[in-house]
Amino acid sequence: MTCLPEIAPGQKKLGLVIDLDTCVGCQACATNCKEWNASGHSAPLPDLKPYSAGAEGVWFNRVHSFEAGEGEAGRTVHFPRSCLHCETPACVTVCPTGASYKRAEDGIVLVNADTCIGCGLCAWACPYGAREMDEDEGVMKKCTLCIDRIYNETIPEAQRQPACVLTCPTKARHFGDLGDPDSAVSRLVAERGGQPLMPELGYSPVNRYLPPRKRATPPAKPVEDAPTHMDVKNPLLRWVDRVLTRMPAMESERQV
Amino acid sequence: MNPAPSIVFFTTASGAGYGLLFWLGLLRPLGLVPGGQGFGLTALVLALVLVTAGLLSSTAHLGNPRRAWRAVSQWRSSWLSREGVAALATYVPAGIFGLALLTDRPGLAAAMGLLAAAGAVATVYCTGMIYASLPPIRQWHHPLVVPGYLVLSAFSGAALLAMLCGFWGDGVVAVVLALLGGGAALVLKRAYWRAIDAAPPEATVESATSLGFIGKVRPLEPPHTETNYLLREMGFRIARKHAARLRHITLLAGFAAPMLLALLALLLGGGLAAAALTLAAVLALGGLLVERWLMFAEATHTVTLYYSGN
Ligand code: SF4
Ligand code: SF4
Ligand code: SF4
Repeated sequence: MTCLPEIAPGQKKLGLVIDLDTCVGCQACATNCKEWNASGHSAPLPDLKPYSAGAEGVWFNRVHSFEAGEGEAGRTVHFPRSCLHCETPACVTVCPTGASYKRAEDGIVLVNADTCIGCGLCAWACPYGAREMDEDEGVMKKCTLCIDRIYNETIPEAQRQPACVLTCPTKARHFGDLGDPDSAVSRLVAERGGQPLMPELGYSPVNRYLPPRKRATPPAKPVEDAPTHMDVKNPLLRWVDRVLTRMPAMESERQV
Repeated sequence: MNPAPSIVFFTTASGAGYGLLFWLGLLRPLGLVPGGQGFGLTALVLALVLVTAGLLSSTAHLGNPRRAWRAVSQWRSSWLSREGVAALATYVPAGIFGLALLTDRPGLAAAMGLLAAAGAVATVYCTGMIYASLPPIRQWHHPLVVPGYLVLSAFSGAALLAMLCGFWGDGVVAVVLALLGGGAALVLKRAYWRAIDAAPPEATVESATSLGFIGKVRPLEPPHTETNYLLREMGFRIARKHAARLRHITLLAGFAAPMLLALLALLLGGGLAAAALTLAAVLALGGLLVERWLMFAEATHTVTLYYSGN
């Protein structure tokens, strides 16, 4: 059913919080996502021409790098991009078959590969480029928030997290219930001012991005060692140096 | 957006077919087109052939065409589903219309013709809404897109009707409609192009990354070195180089030339008129193919913000 579930206050909204301050763009999350999901709920994630020029394939997570700002204020920011499990996503409502749906119980947006006709309309409707067509099977694929890990009772509890979150070497990725204001992820978003992406399009994305922290104030410029008189080898110049040192300095020099 | 040939052909052909069905169903009861059985059946068959060819070609775009029947299930939320429902539903009165013509029952023919005309409008409206309800593509998420689909369908349908009327030697009303349709299409497309050229993009790479608070944002490294589905489907850029020229071709060859030929036909009459109107219909359909191709090729999707910054 492609009508969206009603939004009740306090409803569970599972999602990711991604820290743009600490992400180092290592691609581990994208790689581990591909690894897990190639045999998970939406398997396979096909690759076209995997061993030759023009290799490409279906990935649920893509890590971009951006430059923001100019000069000293400028920064390089690594930016993982995946489904934001939006609250009011047109990717679900445009689907003609009901294959694209949003779960009422936790807000995860999924595709039913058995009923998808591969029309591609949902990929057009996603502003974030989070859906990629499996051109072998002719069905749409997307991030499942590792639905086959987070509820999986056959793996240790500590591992019931999305693959990307578990693998991140800098702990830049967090998973939890963003509908619960007291959850760890919600508190993190509140503390760090987590941001939604393109809120102006009205999709109400659930995932949040933590902004890069402000730089610490830069230290004062390094000062050169003041030369002593004994550094001047020539006796005549040493005498000139002494005389000059005793003379009152001019206004502009005093500040140096 | 990638102008997939199957969709460009589909919206042009079935748009013209529904336009023809609309005018035939509407004008026949009013006695404004030739009333004989031959004319009615020829026009109806031409309309349904175009509609059906278009619909079949649109299923070629699907990854799983054998499941296409599922597409009519979500009419509550999806305009694509509604289009499918409207298209299928329109076949019912159109079919009975044809039977009534064959068995010479004028009352039934008139009623079913009018119903089919309503179905044609509803279907083309749904087609327009599929595009207009996609916020990531600002050139489609625009109030002039649905009127554009309706007017162009009415224009191309009128051009086809005028052509047929030309062969039956009784074309004044249809020719006038084609002239009006061409004029409306010309005005509307120009207004649309002016509007999308002037409108600032709603989303920017700054809002797409939430990094605008630092300053201007530029893509530094893409996530992959080769292309992918997103870039092939949504990052199509070839047309923008030729956009201005293709717009002129649409306006001149697609709208202005058919209008001139229609005027000429009014003056000439007879066999020459039929020839001029045929050429007008061919030009109109050709112009619409260019227009529909541009409609895709000029459309930009917000996902390209992540890759190219604009
Ligand atoms: S990010 Fe895209 S695919 Fe995911 S829910 Fe939002 S609109 Fe749908
Ligand atoms: S590609 Fe599949 S999931 Fe997407 S809109 Fe079409 S039928 Fe629905
Ligand atoms: S694994 Fe962590 S640090 Fe590496 S790209 Fe992903 S989010 Fe960034």
